[in-house]
Amino acid sequence: MREVAIIGVGMNEWGELWEKPLREIFVEAALLAIDDAGVKRIDSMYVGSMSSGLFVGQEHIASLLADYLGMTPIPSARVESACASGGLALRQGFIDVASGMSEIVLVGGVEKMTDVGGGEATFALGTAADQEYECYHGVTFPGLYALIAKAHMHQYGTTREQMAMVAVKNHRNGSKNPAAQYPFEITVDDVLKSTLVADPLRLLDCSPITDGAAAAVLCPVELAKKLKKDPIVKIIGSGHATDFTALHSKEDITWPAATAKAAERAYKMSEKKPGDIDFVEVHDCFTIAEICVTEALGLFEKGQGGKAVEKGLTSLEGKIPVNTSGGLKSKGHPVGATGIAQVIEVVKQFREEAGERQVKDAKIGMTQNMGGTGGSCLVHIFEKE
Amino acid sequence: MLTPQRYWREIPHRYRLEAGRCKKCGYVAFPPRLVCPRCKNREFESVKLKDEGEIVSYTIIRVPPEQFTDQAPYVIGIIELDSEVKILAQIVDCDFDDLAIGKKAKIELRKIRTEGESGIICYGYKGILLE
Amino acid sequence: MTGIVGYGAYIPRYRIKVEEIAKVWGADAPAYKKGLMLEEKSVPFPDQDTITLSVEASKNALQRADIDPREIGAVYVGSESHPYAVKPSGTIVAEAVGANPDCHCADFEFACKAGTEAMYVCYGLVKAGEFKYGLAVGADTSQGAPGDALEYSASAGAAAFIFGKEKVFAEVEATYSYMSDTPDFWRREYQYYPQHGGRFTGEQAYFKHILGAARGIIEKTNAQPEDFNHVIFHQPNGKFPLKVGKMLGFSREQIEAGLLVPKIGNTYSGSSPLGLTAVLDIAKSGERILIVSFGSGAGSDAFIFRVTERINEVRDKAPKTREMIDGKKFYVDYGTYAKFRGKILKG
Repeated sequence: MREVAIIGVGMNEWGELWEKPLREIFVEAALLAIDDAGVKRIDSMYVGSMSSGLFVGQEHIASLLADYLGMTPIPSARVESACASGGLALRQGFIDVASGMSEIVLVGGVEKMTDVGGGEATFALGTAADQEYECYHGVTFPGLYALIAKAHMHQYGTTREQMAMVAVKNHRNGSKNPAAQYPFEITVDDVLKSTLVADPLRLLDCSPITDGAAAAVLCPVELAKKLKKDPIVKIIGSGHATDFTALHSKEDITWPAATAKAAERAYKMSEKKPGDIDFVEVHDCFTIAEICVTEALGLFEKGQGGKAVEKGLTSLEGKIPVNTSGGLKSKGHPVGATGIAQVIEVVKQFREEAGERQVKDAKIGMTQNMGGTGGSCLVHIFEKE
Repeated sequence: MLTPQRYWREIPHRYRLEAGRCKKCGYVAFPPRLVCPRCKNREFESVKLKDEGEIVSYTIIRVPPEQFTDQAPYVIGIIELDSEVKILAQIVDCDFDDLAIGKKAKIELRKIRTEGESGIICYGYKGILLE
Repeated sequence: MTGIVGYGAYIPRYRIKVEEIAKVWGADAPAYKKGLMLEEKSVPFPDQDTITLSVEASKNALQRADIDPREIGAVYVGSESHPYAVKPSGTIVAEAVGANPDCHCADFEFACKAGTEAMYVCYGLVKAGEFKYGLAVGADTSQGAPGDALEYSASAGAAAFIFGKEKVFAEVEATYSYMSDTPDFWRREYQYYPQHGGRFTGEQAYFKHILGAARGIIEKTNAQPEDFNHVIFHQPNGKFPLKVGKMLGFSREQIEAGLLVPKIGNTYSGSSPLGLTAVLDIAKSGERILIVSFGSGAGSDAFIFRVTERINEVRDKAPKTREMIDGKKFYVDYGTYAKFRGKILKG
């Protein structure tokens, strides 16, 4: 297996992009990444999108996006793993380069979510859950994570305030990120007084609906060195795992087993352990998700994720900064693009381009991107050289 | 949109809680599966789940999917039946303040939703809060 | 011996008080309460309909019968509020209780008499030996037009009976039916609420048919009013069954055990059958029960049951009717009631 590097990243504006169609949103990000990499050609591409079919009625976007990127006839594939589609695109690109099949690979993610109304968007997102045995009964994604939250509070004494602190921290980080969709600070009180969505989760516990795309260019480390890239951003670990799709089928609904397994695989491949990680971007689709996930990544003991936030261990100045970009909460969550956007934050940190949110001496970074209620998960570990 | 055929094929599980019990390790799969997720065995016997269980977690849906607009706010819970299998269902006939993890719930049949003004009526299970 | 081998009731847990309805229409609540002998009525939750109520009552009946549901050879559901205009309720009930697929299935409709009609046919076919056990259900989620007198009473509930020749605890001693073509109450196709003939629904409809069926069955069996421990009449309100009972020579004591209307309203096809479940909850071995239904249009079915020793074995195997009436309840205001019952126009 060849060592793989990230040589270019691109992310355009995120938000309610009324004037832009899906193809344009993606092509803009892809061009930024290609230009950032300084390459003239790409050999293949992987695009993560959760539900272009339900959001804009467009399938077959592998072809459409290669076409509009002016890259036909390169091989192009759309990959889907719900909210982990972007992370999956990264892994497919990684495998493609590592195996020697391709030299320069574009990985990206895109979601155009605002062409449908709130009800339809809720439905589209709900398709990541079990249609026949969860959605049939009227549960929503906030509802499923609320079930996790309620159980976590019951089992471990996690408090409502601790969950709010996740949103407060991520908005504080996001306020330092010009690319964030909602780059403003909020208070615990703001969260606790926001509209109830699914008890105990409120509006400010939930990531937003976002149009957006993100892209990155991968190549062998050898080639990156030839191209005189500095720093060299290496993908040193890639873990992918699955679990029960339906939340109620899990033995412990508060334990994201796929995240724990994907992390175990990524740690093993990279020969790193939780203590080696300098900062991490995790899938905080809801505040409770960040708490559960930081436990499953081995950053904190089981049940201690809430207390860790309260103690400030995950803040920018903390022991292990989590979601320096602002996370899904503040930066936005164009579902399919999220997994790639996490990687962009890693590259920005390594390049020391993170401005006010820069983590000092950041050498090892990690991303965790999760589908549904944890039915799939991708964990990647990166090293700066 | 739930077409009649898609609704119809799930009837045994939705009306009667028919499940499969792994003949090798005893894992109860609801709905029935072809492969046991625990021991990979492929032989199951048909069993009917008990109609009473314990609430594992619950939430109150305030912002519902489109087809459930008229029902909101409503309770969704995970209920463990027979201490071996969990299901997700609405929990009905309760004051929200009486809900608690660990309380008992009984299964009854409910009209889950209707497909528009003239489509099929979809039935399935719900939990009734006991106590 | 042919008779009942399992019985079960189901009453929704939501209620609305007469005062709450009267308040909205500016009506005189104390007068209504006294005139109709009605305090409150059951309200189906929006996820309940004739089918779900029938299923729950049938499950209770099966628990008492303690038989394999696949031995049930017929499922008959009587209601005037079948959720589908075309597509049987019975198939859903049969599947839900596990009586499918080797089973005869039919829906009945005859205003408030559809429940006893299902019982009548079921009993006859079991007696004839067509199948070992048969399930008959009377259930309704009845509707009264907003502001109409019916709105104070039209309610929801279900009663289910399994007939058989083995394990009988209430033997059918006699049946009788009486009918005429009388347009006292009706609902035309595609209409949401029923229409009725006001005071015409009394003497020429309710009283004439109940008296006809009751006198017929009493004469047929050479019985006297005092031969019955309990009598149940269709109960559109509290007053009519007491009045018709008096006309037939029955005391208030004989009627009281099965008189449920003051607390749950008129459950239409479930009305007299639910009264029967409440009586079976307390009946003693050897006691005789007379039940006479009434359905507008119009007709009455009458049954005489004799209770056997076995009642003591089955009674406690499922929730009792009075427990459902007096148990956990949720009172709704008129706005919630209107939402539950689909009375709010959304344009």
